[in-house]
Amino acid sequence: MPLPRSVVRLLPFFVLWMCVTVLLSLSLDARSAEKDEILAQVSALLVKKFDDKARAVALLVESGHPRTEEILRLIKDGELYYRKKDDRLFSIPLAETGAQATDLLDATAVVIEKTRDFKKVTLNNLMRGQIGLALAEIGLKSEDPKQREDAVRKLLGELSDESVAVLRKRIGAEPVSAVRELISIALAVNDLKNGDEAARLLAVERVEGSLEPPVRSALTQVAETDASPVVKQKAQLALNGIDEQIRWYGMVETLYFGISLGSVLVLAGIGLAITFGVMGVINMAHGELIMLGAYTTYVIQQLMPNHLGASILVAIPAAFMVSALVGVAIERGVIRFLYGRPLETLLATFGISLILQQAVRSVFSPLNRSVSTPEWMSGMVEINPVLSLTLSRLYIILFCLLVFVALVMVLKRTSLGLQVRAVSQNRAMARAMGVRSKWVDAMTFGLGSGVAGVAGVALSQLTNVGPNLGQAYIIDSFMVVVFGGVGNLWGTLVAGLSLGIANKVLEPWAGAVLAKILVLVFIILFIQKRPRGLFPQRGRAAEG
Amino acid sequence: MKTKASKSAVIGTLSALALSVSMNVAVAAEDTIKVGILHSLSGTMAISETTLKDTMLMLIEEQNKKGGLLGKQLEPVVVDPASNWPLFAEKARELIEKNGVDAIFGAWTSVSRKSVLPVVEELDSIMFYPVQYEGEESSKNVFYTGAAPNQQAVPAVDYLMNDLGVERWVLAGTDYVYPRTTNKILEAYLKAKGVAPEDIMINYTPFGHSDWQSIVSDIKKFGSEGKKTAVVSTINGDANVPFYKELGSQGVAAGDIPVVAFSVGEEELSGIDTAPLVGHLAAWNYFMSVDAETNDSFIESWHAYTKDEKRVSNDPMEAHYIGFNMWIEAVKKAGTTDPKAVQESIIGVAVPNLTGGYSTMMPNHHITKPVMIGEIQDDGQFEVVWQTSGTVAGDAWSDYLEGSRDIIADWRAPLSCGNYNTKTAKCSGQNF
Repeated sequence: MPLPRSVVRLLPFFVLWMCVTVLLSLSLDARSAEKDEILAQVSALLVKKFDDKARAVALLVESGHPRTEEILRLIKDGELYYRKKDDRLFSIPLAETGAQATDLLDATAVVIEKTRDFKKVTLNNLMRGQIGLALAEIGLKSEDPKQREDAVRKLLGELSDESVAVLRKRIGAEPVSAVRELISIALAVNDLKNGDEAARLLAVERVEGSLEPPVRSALTQVAETDASPVVKQKAQLALNGIDEQIRWYGMVETLYFGISLGSVLVLAGIGLAITFGVMGVINMAHGELIMLGAYTTYVIQQLMPNHLGASILVAIPAAFMVSALVGVAIERGVIRFLYGRPLETLLATFGISLILQQAVRSVFSPLNRSVSTPEWMSGMVEINPVLSLTLSRLYIILFCLLVFVALVMVLKRTSLGLQVRAVSQNRAMARAMGVRSKWVDAMTFGLGSGVAGVAGVALSQLTNVGPNLGQAYIIDSFMVVVFGGVGNLWGTLVAGLSLGIANKVLEPWAGAVLAKILVLVFIILFIQKRPRGLFPQRGRAAEG
Repeated sequence: MKTKASKSAVIGTLSALALSVSMNVAVAAEDTIKVGILHSLSGTMAISETTLKDTMLMLIEEQNKKGGLLGKQLEPVVVDPASNWPLFAEKARELIEKNGVDAIFGAWTSVSRKSVLPVVEELDSIMFYPVQYEGEESSKNVFYTGAAPNQQAVPAVDYLMNDLGVERWVLAGTDYVYPRTTNKILEAYLKAKGVAPEDIMINYTPFGHSDWQSIVSDIKKFGSEGKKTAVVSTINGDANVPFYKELGSQGVAAGDIPVVAFSVGEEELSGIDTAPLVGHLAAWNYFMSVDAETNDSFIESWHAYTKDEKRVSNDPMEAHYIGFNMWIEAVKKAGTTDPKAVQESIIGVAVPNLTGGYSTMMPNHHITKPVMIGEIQDDGQFEVVWQTSGTVAGDAWSDYLEGSRDIIADWRAPLSCGNYNTKTAKCSGQNF
């Protein structure tokens, strides 16, 4: 019986459909087999002992599975979790109640009900190193030249026969010259260790001038123990050249550290240069005004948790306002009754500083608060392998200069500045000219206090945000202002920077404790010789 | 006559009043057992010590809910020595003489302990000291529930040496007695293990040091010379935050140069963004993350007591937990809170610790504890990566220091000495 025409016409489609189904099911089988394979390897990670875990990672790397890199990254970033009840693996970017957990194998998403249901697949430093190396080998094939460079640098530190083989293969195919250069240095370092005499000699020439730390340690070894005197001598020469460069960059680094410490000192002191320098008020609560600024940064960050980068910018005016208002309150409430009585002012403001500290302790608890560093401020600018500048410090130096310029502008160019200078130079005359000297006093004190608050924003990026923050800086602030010359902003800038640099130059050979003492002794001697500091005010104003 | 009568009447009333007052005091004293809490609530050390005060209040409250002790309620007496070392001695005297406490739980820094020491010895009271310290001390009147160097520093160095293959060492500390003594012990220990002097770098910084740029950069250089390097940090208190921030911003990763700290716990980390610090280490006898039932219920009641789900627990809190329970057991054993009786009955008392085992009070007034190494995680917690198989008994006198090697402490009769030289068979005249 012949088949009906329609069926005959459909037959090819039917066959095709059959083929597709079979193929699909085959491929599905393959996929599930693949799944099982990953499952077997990754669940080997769920053992307690780190040695066994490391072995499981090694197996995973050896398998060369396409998802290896993804899984390794998850482990490294601490985003791989398992569910306690059934040992299923999940990737969880954020372990929080209500957040999403993605099943590693079938990519189904689950909402986390209780964070305690999931447990992280933990790793230790050895495994972190192992995963780092494995990722570096994978990273060699990355599209991004920066990643390739990082990968080579990582491998350079821990060369093995396998990685050398990989690098040899890679060097011909590498399009970017900087990366190629680095690979050839890595191969040369390998030759230094394992090559014959000719190869070693060539390698010494090849690595000359490279500042990579592994190069230096390899050269040191060759220069000390090499069998051939020629190689030994050449290596020593190359080493000397490298050491010379390192010394030079070391000096640059010390200078940078000094400027950075100096900028912190200037920031902390410059508010005091106004309240103490211009107004002559010994304000022991200055440190606490800095602390208030730092706490304002913390509060602003809590208020806008999703905009860390912007929060720090918002915090600058906010901290200025908070500290300025507190400053004005202190001036109006206490200090104005004590003008001309420095000892009483000192005691009263010391009392205020204790009150502010304990107030912060009661409101925010005595524990330090965590202020995070925004993305754009963290990390460093790498100039070469031995010299890198930390970005947060760089921003603080710039910020310090900015605050300084702004303050000079306010004092020189605004009417408030004019009145401030007038009152500080001759109060009676200024009043006779119609300047409301009391109002100017309050504003000046507010300005100085506000600048202290702004310094607190910068310090929150470097140090503890806690009730004791202010105490740590009050001595340094006075030191800078007195050394620079009372009543002179430029003096404060120069004094802060030079004290910072002096401290950092002394520190390497005297130790941190002795360096501080030496600087203090120097200032005492200096003040004996020149009681009015680096840039004394001249003329009649200086007498008042 | 009349005036005389009224005078005597006045005197009579007064004396009656005085009598009733003194009787009131006596009644109150009989009603409760007083426990002194001597932790700074203001000043620099408030950051660490306030938590311990809260811990003690919680433990006492719980004990009272369980029916108190010897049929009486416990009454905490809290004083504030304000981070002022001499004030610690005064406040201790006030607690014992004026308030009549039967035991003191308190002190954090070694110098505050040393300040209290003569007072508790003179008045023959007892104090529980909950913080890891430098050793070289054993007082009849003090019970050291924190770690001695052999329960923290030495095992940590062993871990770095054996498990991570560290060959070069940076010993960085704050410039005071605990880091100096600990580093002296560690230096002797490392040299005994064959580490060359040029592979050890020792660095001290002042209290509250905040500019770590040069030191971190020095550490980086020291660590880039080919041998695996680690930093052993006895940096104290507030100085840690800027130190770790600088490590983070100069990119010193735990994989390259791990830092193992002896004074950084969960509480200190709660003030730092820990993301750049993942993998750096700390050595303690307790971590909040330890998976044990006692720990879970302790954390639960701590959260309930503080009404704050985010409060962390830490090692000195566990020390107070152990010390308090030991005291309770010892009082029950002696049947009295009299410090002299408790001093004797407490030796040998074993109570559960928070890591799933038991801690025992040894004759040298130190306790047995497990030693754990934890790695910092990005959530501010530690993950235990290594721990001793059993507990380690605290050693009051280090075996690695010249002069203390031959000294033992044993407060049981007939020796009853905290400073007994086994070579000369003499007990040194000093009490501790």
